[in-house]
Amino acid sequence: MDVDWTEDNFSVLRDWQIKQVAYVPDAGHADLIKRCDEAEDMRLVPLTTEEEGIAVLAGAWLGDQRGVLLMQSSGVGNCINMLSLARVCRFPLLMMVTMRGQWGEFNPWQVPMGALTPTVLEGAGSLVFPVDDPAKMGETTNAAARMVFEGPTQAAVLIGQAVIGAKSFGK
Amino acid sequence: MMQKLNGTLDRNRATDYPLRRREVVAQLLADRGDLMVVAGLGAPVWDCTAVEDHPLNFPLWGAMGGAAALGLGLAMAQPDRRVLVITGDGEMLMGLGAMTTIGAQQPENLSVVVCDNERYGETGMQLTHTAGSLDLPAMALAAGFASAAAVSSDNEFKAALPAIRAAKGPGFWSIKIKAEDNPIGAMPPKDGVTLKDRFRAALLGAA
Repeated sequence: MDVDWTEDNFSVLRDWQIKQVAYVPDAGHADLIKRCDEAEDMRLVPLTTEEEGIAVLAGAWLGDQRGVLLMQSSGVGNCINMLSLARVCRFPLLMMVTMRGQWGEFNPWQVPMGALTPTVLEGAGSLVFPVDDPAKMGETTNAAARMVFEGPTQAAVLIGQAVIGAKSFGK
Repeated sequence: MMQKLNGTLDRNRATDYPLRRREVVAQLLADRGDLMVVAGLGAPVWDCTAVEDHPLNFPLWGAMGGAAALGLGLAMAQPDRRVLVITGDGEMLMGLGAMTTIGAQQPENLSVVVCDNERYGETGMQLTHTAGSLDLPAMALAAGFASAAAVSSDNEFKAALPAIRAAKGPGFWSIKIKAEDNPIGAMPPKDGVTLKDRFRAALLGAA
């Protein structure tokens, strides 16, 4: 059975009334970004660096809007100090991280942050939900979102390369 | 003889700027109505708190580089209310990308004011890049801000005040202030949850 995990994630974001979709893109997020762009009640907020998104979403919550931060694993390393904002103030922070450097990666420069991503996030006080089975994507994102917005807390769904498919650049 | 450490940075000029930060911030916040304020870490937090420890201030004790981006998220969530970010030059420089993210979003209700003393004031008054030729308002305009200006005299500041509070944004002002040490004075609560909860209660009503 084919699983449209992007559509599953989009449905979860819509159910949780996500309004601000902050992102630094990744190929693995491309379909979700497109889907959110088509949704009239969601606003795309492209960032120059991932840490901006943590501050943007803190402001969104102060103003009573929910958001999500989309990034790839290399971007997690850009976020460390700004994650203290979410932790100290207990801002709800839902992160969706596409993994690179993890499973069949062809680019060795992606490997260090790929390997460090769960450690860095947990060290910064985030819950981490790895997903390697596309069929579990939607329910995992929903579980993370519930803890984020009803906690509040911060949580990251790690979308494994086994889900996305290892990037090859056609090689 | 000491210039070799700082390239083209000018270590003297900001000591002669006539505007004083406490008076500037007091005027920015006078008769604030329902204005929402984000204060960047360091002296802008003390300046804002010296006026009033107001629940619609969100003072940052950390998260350096995040003030303008936080103001953006708030402005997008509350498009009918004015958001004023008051931060320092060092804090703004750490988050320059946010300037371009704001330019991309065009929040009409957002003003960003940098109290620019050309110094890292909390760490020993080391020079920042604005002590050189860096032109923050020019960068803001290039990033897509609707308006941006440098302010360096009392007349210019008084003329800019109505726009800072009400002009169609996003707007950016670099207010050149005298490089001076001030006593910290009143501090806002340090507890982030308290700051967040009281802000939301003041904006949205009791949870």
